[in-house]
This record gives sequence, structure tokens and C-alpha cells, in this order.
Amino acid sequence: MIKLRAKDISVIYHTLDGETEAIKNLNLEVKEGEFLSLVGPSGCGKSTFLNVIAGLIKPSKGQIFIDDEEITKPSNKIGYMFQRDYLFEWRTIYKNIILGLEIQNKLNGDNLRMVEYMLQKYGLSAFKNYYPRQLSGGMRQRAALIRTLALNPDILLLDEPFAALDYQTRLAVSDDIYKIIKNEGKTVIMVTHDIAEAVSLSDRVVVLSKRPARIKDILEIKFSIKDRSPIKVREAPEFKDYFNLIWKELDIHVE
Amino acid sequence: MLNENKIEYSKEHELFLKNVKKRKVLIVFTQILILVLFFAQWEITARLKIIDPFLVSQPTRMLKFLIKLYQNGELFRHIFVTCYETIVGFVLGTLIGTVFAVILWWWDFLSKVLEPYLVVLNALPKIALGPIIIFWVGNGRPAIIIIALMISLIVTIISVHAGFKEVDEDKIKLLKTFGASKFQILRYVVLPSSVPTIISALKINVGLSWVGVIVGEFLVAKEGLGFLIVFGGQVAQLDVVMLSIIILSIAAYIMYILVASLENKFLGWKN
Ligand SMILES: Nc1ncnc2c1ncn2[C@@H]1O[C@H](COP(=O)(O)OP(=O)(O)O)[C@@H](O)[C@H]1O
Ligand SMILES: [Mg+2]
Repeated sequence: MIKLRAKDISVIYHTLDGETEAIKNLNLEVKEGEFLSLVGPSGCGKSTFLNVIAGLIKPSKGQIFIDDEEITKPSNKIGYMFQRDYLFEWRTIYKNIILGLEIQNKLNGDNLRMVEYMLQKYGLSAFKNYYPRQLSGGMRQRAALIRTLALNPDILLLDEPFAALDYQTRLAVSDDIYKIIKNEGKTVIMVTHDIAEAVSLSDRVVVLSKRPARIKDILEIKFSIKDRSPIKVREAPEFKDYFNLIWKELDIHVE
Repeated sequence: MLNENKIEYSKEHELFLKNVKKRKVLIVFTQILILVLFFAQWEITARLKIIDPFLVSQPTRMLKFLIKLYQNGELFRHIFVTCYETIVGFVLGTLIGTVFAVILWWWDFLSKVLEPYLVVLNALPKIALGPIIIFWVGNGRPAIIIIALMISLIVTIISVHAGFKEVDEDKIKLLKTFGASKFQILRYVVLPSSVPTIISALKINVGLSWVGVIVGEFLVAKEGLGFLIVFGGQVAQLDVVMLSIIILSIAAYIMYILVASLENKFLGWKN
């Protein structure tokens, strides 16, 4: 079933210096429960695309449909996670996690029980009264994820969610977050510039062209091994083939 | 059993802690010593007629006057009046300034339009408005408070508004993804992120407010420390002037400490 559909999306930014065509006639369908990655050269319009899906910017042309309904403003069905966790320093972890619920006036027993349950399940219970600066990068990212999940969105938009972490932590946290997301059965659209990350997490990888972003290729990622955890699939025989394929598609040059 | 929770340090670390403590004590001791020496030499040189007590007063004469003021019940009235005017001045200056900053943040068009006017008003020495204010609101306490408030108002508007604009765009974006209204963005991100800016404005305003109140009292007052200073000067009583200045310094110091301690209270999450 199609969860999200982007139809003929074009975005042009207007500034005093001129206009920038960020996305041109982009069409994409994302299936329910799918983990989809977008890779493309930096500045090609990936974040712009996520902002359009999130209803934060209006496309110059085209429409976004979720469950066949057109969306024009931020929707409850969408949760957005950024490169940095943006936990508020002045709020405790718990207060940060319930921020979205507070804003939407949904601080009721059911939702709070759900939050408690996730805190427990994802190992943050003991830290709920800590301030963000007392937590490690990985734990902060997990807190940011629970903050997003607390609103129970169907679709998660992840914009380079692990880019701010160092390599070791990134592997562990992406594995961790992947399991949580799969566990909760969410549909995911993730932007990354890390090809290995895209291959190891995704069901499909969309390769975008230079700006203005167009779809260059879409790859189905399938592994022959049983345990499909992001760390394990890095050892699968198909892994480096996918990696090389995407590397070639991206056509990266050092100038 | 009770000692179980106590952390055992190495000898070297204990020595280090001891030295740190020793140094702290030494610093406080030296600070007090400077005060004592300063007043002692003042008294001695005055008695030996090396300096003229008529021109620079003398600690014992100031003390005598202090006791006299205390006995006729005027001491605390003067201190209270001045502190009251100052506190009202900087609290109002900070509050009203922050409200204006919120208005400018809300209507960006307005803030762009008003920008040059704010710059001009900021450059203007507010004391120059003293006579106008006295003309408008009369020769009394309201005039003093308004002068104090005027001094801190514009600079508060400008600095707090600048603080609002520096709030991380991405934090605002995060709230927008939750569907937050503009008011919620103000309440949940912009104001809390700006608490440090507002507190530092408050700290600056304490100093500005003292200046405003003392000048205001010079101009119109019948009571207060500023009044005592002017009065003492007019009747050639330097004891009164010096004593008032010393009380003023102590009051200003205490007030600054109190306001600075607000910082710890509101910014607890930093430590
Ligand atoms: N708010 C904006 N105003 C003007 N130009 C923008 C704005 N946001 C992004 N751009 C431009 O649009 C292009 C795509 O940006 P972005 O979507 O952030 O790229 P990516 O996330 O793929 O690195 C870039 O050239 C960027 O400079
Ligand atoms: Mg980006």
C-alpha cells in the first residue's frame, strides 16, 4: 500500500541574489512500513524535499499525499528528526520528550503511559530527570527519537540523523534506532550522505542528481542473510556491490 | 558505617584541596585588610592634620553622623527610598523592555520600521529628558523612577530583541513540526532560550537604574541618598556626602549580588 506520494514536486527559492531551483519535477511513492533512503550530492535539495513533505515549505509546484490525502501544513502523521537532537537545554529529558504532547495539548494518561513505556523499553527511565547536557550523544539522539515517537506519527523523516555522531557511536546508534523504528512499525524517509548507512538500513535507496534534485535511480536492497540488522548486513556479500553501484551513480568528483 | 559514603582521597589530593582553601581564605583576608588599612590611614592622616577633614571628612565624624541619622530614624528611610526607586526602576525597565522586544519580534515589519528611531533614542543621553519629565509628572518620586526607567528601557529593548532573533532557527522548526502556533513558539523556545539575555540585561539595568535614581534625586528629591549627597554638598557637610556615598556603594553591591544570584536560580540547568 502506498503511504506517501510526492507528485511533480518543484521548489524554487527566491532571494535577493536570485533564484535557486532546488527540486525539479520529483515524483516518488513510499510504501507503508518501508525504510527509504535518499542519497545525493550535498546541496542538491534533500532537506528541502523533507521540508516539503513535512509541510514546512510550500512547493512551487506539485502536491504531497499521505494516505491519499493532500497535505499543506504540518501533519500529525509525520515526525521529523534532524541531524542534531535539538533537545532544549533548560528542560529535563522527560520534559523534552513530552514537549510535542504539551504543544498539541495531548498530555493525557494514555499518552503519558506510552511515554513511560518507551522510556523503560529504550533504557532512558533512569535518566528522565537529567538535563540533556548530562547525556551522551547516542542517548540524546534516542531521547529525540522518543520525543518524535510520543506523538505516534506514521511516517518518520530523518535528516542525516547520525551525522553529528562519531563513527563508532554512529554504528551503534543507527543499529539501535533502526530496531526501535522497526519495532514500532513506522514508515521512514531518511536523508544521508553516508552510502554504507543507506545500504545497511534501507529497503530502497533513491539516488538523486545534482541540484535541482531529480531521481537518478532507485535501488531495491535485498540481502541473502537471515539477520537483517544494520551491523550484520555490512558483512553480507551483496553489501559492497550495492555500495559500489551507488558510489558510481553518485559520480562524486573531488574538484 | 557512616563513613562509607565519604570518598577517600589520596594524600596528594587532600593537600591540593587544603591549598585551594588556604588561598581562598588569604584572598578574603587581604580584601578585608585593604578596607581596614584604608579607613585607618584616613582617620590617622585626618587627626594629624595631614589632610583637611573639612574637605575630605574623616571616618569617626562620619560614624558620628551615621549614629545621629540612625537615632532620629532617618537613616533607613533614606536608604529605603533610594533602594525602592532603584528596584522599581530596573524591574520596570527590564519588564517593559522585554514586552516591547516581544512586540518587535512578533511584528518584524514594525521592528524594521522602528530600527533607526531606536538607534537615535539609544544614543540620546536620557538624563537630558529629566527637565521634561519633571515638567510632565511633577516634582516627586514618579519623576525619579521614570528617569531611572528611561535609562534602561531602550537598551533593554535592543539587546533582548537581538537575543530573540538569535534563537536557533532549527529549534523553531522543530516546534513547527509539532504544529506549534506563533505564541507557543514564543513561550516554548524564544522566551526560555532568552532567559540568559534577559538576566544579563537585568544585571546591566541595576547599574543604570542607580545612575538614573541618583541623578533624579539630585534634581527633585526631598529624601534619599542622592538627596543627602546634594544637601551635604550645599551645606558644606562633607561628612554627610562621604557617608552617603559609602552607604550607596554598599547598597549597590548588595543589590548586584542579589540579582546575580537570580542567575543561579533560573539557569540551574547549566550546572
Ligand atoms: N531558505 C533558503 N533560501 C534560499 N536558498 C535555500 C534555502 N534553503 C536551501 N537553499 C538552497 O537550496 C539548495 C538545496 O538545499 P538543501 O535542500 O538544504 O540541500 P541538501 O539538504 O541536499 O544538502 C542549496 O543550494 C541551498 O543553498
Ligand atoms: Mg541537508
